[in-house]
Amino acid sequence: MFESLQDKLGGVFSRLTRRGALKESDVAEAMREVRVALLEADVALPVVRDFVRKVQEQAVGTEVLRGINPAQQVIKIVHDELVAMLGSEQEPINLRANPPVPVLMVGLQGSGKTTTSAKLALKLTNKENKKVLLASLDVYRPAAQEQLRVLGEQAGVKVLPVIPGQMPVDIAKRAMQAGALQGYDVVILDTAGRLAIDEALMAEVVAVKAAVNPAEILLVVDSLTGQDAVNTGKIFKDRVGITGIALTRVDGDARGGAALSMRAVTGCPIKLLGVGEKIDALDDFHPARVASRILGMGDVVSLVEKAAATIEKEDAEKLEQKMLKGQFDLDDLAKQFRQMRKMGGMDGLMALLPGVGKVKKQMAESNINDQMLARQEAIILSMTRKERRKPDVLNGSRRRRIAAGAGVQVQDVNRLLKQFQQMAQVMKKMGKLQKKGAMSPQALRNLIPPQGYGR
Amino acid sequence: MADEKKRGWLGRLREGLARTASNLTGGITAIFTKKKLDDETLENLEELLIAADLGVGAASAVTKRLASTRYNKEISAEEVKEALAEEVTKILAPVALPLIIDASRKPHVVLVTGVNGTGKTTTIGKLAHRLRQQGHSVMMAAGDTFRAAAIEQLQVWGERAGVPVVSGAVGADAAGLAFEALQRAKADSIDVLLIDTAGRLQNKANLMAELTKIVRVVQKLDPTAPHDTLLVLDATTGQNAHSQVDLFRQAANITGLVMTKLDGTARGGVMVALAERTKLPIHMVGVGESIDDLQPFDALSFARSLAGLADETVS
Ligand SMILES: Nc1nc2c(ncn2[C@@H]2O[C@H](COP(=O)(O)OP(=O)(O)OP(=O)(O)O)[C@@H](O)[C@H]2O)c(=O)[nH]1
Ligand SMILES: Nc1nc2c(ncn2[C@@H]2O[C@H](COP(=O)(O)OP(=O)(O)OP(=O)(O)O)[C@@H](O)[C@H]2O)c(=O)[nH]1
Ligand SMILES: [Mg+2]
Ligand SMILES: [Mg+2]
Repeated sequence: MFESLQDKLGGVFSRLTRRGALKESDVAEAMREVRVALLEADVALPVVRDFVRKVQEQAVGTEVLRGINPAQQVIKIVHDELVAMLGSEQEPINLRANPPVPVLMVGLQGSGKTTTSAKLALKLTNKENKKVLLASLDVYRPAAQEQLRVLGEQAGVKVLPVIPGQMPVDIAKRAMQAGALQGYDVVILDTAGRLAIDEALMAEVVAVKAAVNPAEILLVVDSLTGQDAVNTGKIFKDRVGITGIALTRVDGDARGGAALSMRAVTGCPIKLLGVGEKIDALDDFHPARVASRILGMGDVVSLVEKAAATIEKEDAEKLEQKMLKGQFDLDDLAKQFRQMRKMGGMDGLMALLPGVGKVKKQMAESNINDQMLARQEAIILSMTRKERRKPDVLNGSRRRRIAAGAGVQVQDVNRLLKQFQQMAQVMKKMGKLQKKGAMSPQALRNLIPPQGYGR
Repeated sequence: MADEKKRGWLGRLREGLARTASNLTGGITAIFTKKKLDDETLENLEELLIAADLGVGAASAVTKRLASTRYNKEISAEEVKEALAEEVTKILAPVALPLIIDASRKPHVVLVTGVNGTGKTTTIGKLAHRLRQQGHSVMMAAGDTFRAAAIEQLQVWGERAGVPVVSGAVGADAAGLAFEALQRAKADSIDVLLIDTAGRLQNKANLMAELTKIVRVVQKLDPTAPHDTLLVLDATTGQNAHSQVDLFRQAANITGLVMTKLDGTARGGVMVALAERTKLPIHMVGVGESIDDLQPFDALSFARSLAGLADETVS
């Protein structure tokens, strides 16, 4: 799975990389190709649309980091969105409930429920040392109960004996009773395949759910699935309240669209991968690994991560140098404001510099916003060059002149100057702190006077 | 599941397809309430077709054809549906061909293949029933010797259809079993032999070689067999159907397609792209799990249903 999608995306991005400087139209063109690649890989249309929009927004709003080229930056954004789409953590089967813990398997006809039930039973038995009982609630498909019996035998797992004529809800209750009486840890309930639009059968599975209150309801989905992933995923989520996804036939050559769609559509994590017909062919799902595999661009991604870290460090160091030498003046402050604006305002800046996120709330509370930055900058720009270098010369009349020039109150000018003095003090303190730059959370907090900046 | 209601097959097909097409056509109706067929509208139409699994290529081809005659014209929802059905019918009509049994072959051998869980065994059961209704004598071979209870499953269908099933031991050689079944069918002067096979993913070379071997061994008894080799596709399958068709063709010289599970929400639009690209006949569609939920493939009603139009061609 995924190899071919990787080839396609790889092609798009290597063409993009060869471009060097990127125009917005280049990114748009690349994203058109990404869209087609994803659709050809059977990613559901609404998911593709959403994905492309998110990447485009970020690609436009993000300044390219020093030391990497624009294409690499775009690749990193695509990577991060893929990870977001797949979920970042590996999620285990939920067995947090009083034993016997019921696990319900549901899905369309032929998706692999019965096989996956037996595989899961084997896995829980061998790897987690659980005592597992299997039960077939499929009273419809010819030889379905016999199939589970044989698979249980292969797995060395007990299967609830069949009582001819008993209906699914009663079988489920009987399985839970047997599980409780005989000291089982987990009871896995295999159900008949059902179409999402089959009202009677959907009602039946809802009744089973109500009867046993499963800790986990896994939707078993064929990884060869196309656009129908949207319908099936959504209806099973809404109607049955699935809690996880098991993807089957991952050993096939599908391009993985269903994997990408299912999580996005249902919001439920993919928990298991069926990777063969044999009873032990069941894997855990590792989203981050899959994202890198889809993109096949792990080197670029780590390069960008490194570049971002380097910039953070370099900028911090430069500022530190100035501070240590006591050379930080109002010109530097204005420059900082300008830079902040150029980087897309406070939000853009925050997005660009990793690790600053924590401060964001504090800044919001302190009324630091883009408008405020512009006003501060205007005040500084109303000063003469000499005044900016040596703020000490700023007497009352100079301050009044500056306030008029910047269209603010004198108090605003006073406040700015006071802040500047505070900053100078902070910088002295920071000089002592190793390697901590102006953008460290601590330093930023120190820049903010307790009463907040003026409006 | 157990569908007690006895409706005409067309009624059932129409109902199934209408359900599958309702989203698509709802979308179309929303887009076109008598407005100009402009770029944006066409783009939306293309996306609707993509959402029906036509694939990017086929969806844009169909859209372009619509545009070539109607661009910038005022067009209503109904007209767009008609035009869409027309374009899709043009593609599908040449491949909507029935499975023709030559009973004089005694037996006419039909090999049924496909990836796992698509509906091979069920389709064989339904087909056996239909052939019996048409007056043929039928035999089935339980060629899936691998999957748990696959033999028992086919035996149940044998009982339902009133057709004998030749089976061997679990794990036995599938080619050997097919050979034996053909011998029996010949000896009993049976009209049609339906051979079930285990589901296999097309990228598994060893399993595909096993399929090739079944064909080779059967040909030792009858060099003209199998007379039909069907590939069963699941309507929920997306673009992977292309790879399935290509690789099963290589391994077993597929002569025709069957699409199952068209009674669900999946629309099977990949058939349109397959028809255009491979020209392989589409013989039948599965529209349920009951014994008579197998229907001949009809291009016009498929296309009209896909476009959300009532079927007025047959009553
Ligand atoms: N290659 C492969 N085949 C699988 C996998 N999981 C299931 N299968 C096969 O898929 C087919 C259908 O599997 P089942 O477990 O019977 O599916 P089901 O969902 O229980 O089917 P119904 O009960 O009829 O709805 C069988 O041939 C299985 O061997 C997998 O991960 N890889
Ligand atoms: N709704 C619906 N279900 C179908 C249709 N055809 C088959 N099924 C169901 O799909 C599931 C799988 O069908 P099988 O006939 O066992 O599929 P198979 O291809 O033989 O599967 P393997 O031998 O395991 O590869 C069963 O639950 C069938 O009842 C159909 O047209 N509509
Ligand atoms: Mg089953
Ligand atoms: Mg079968």
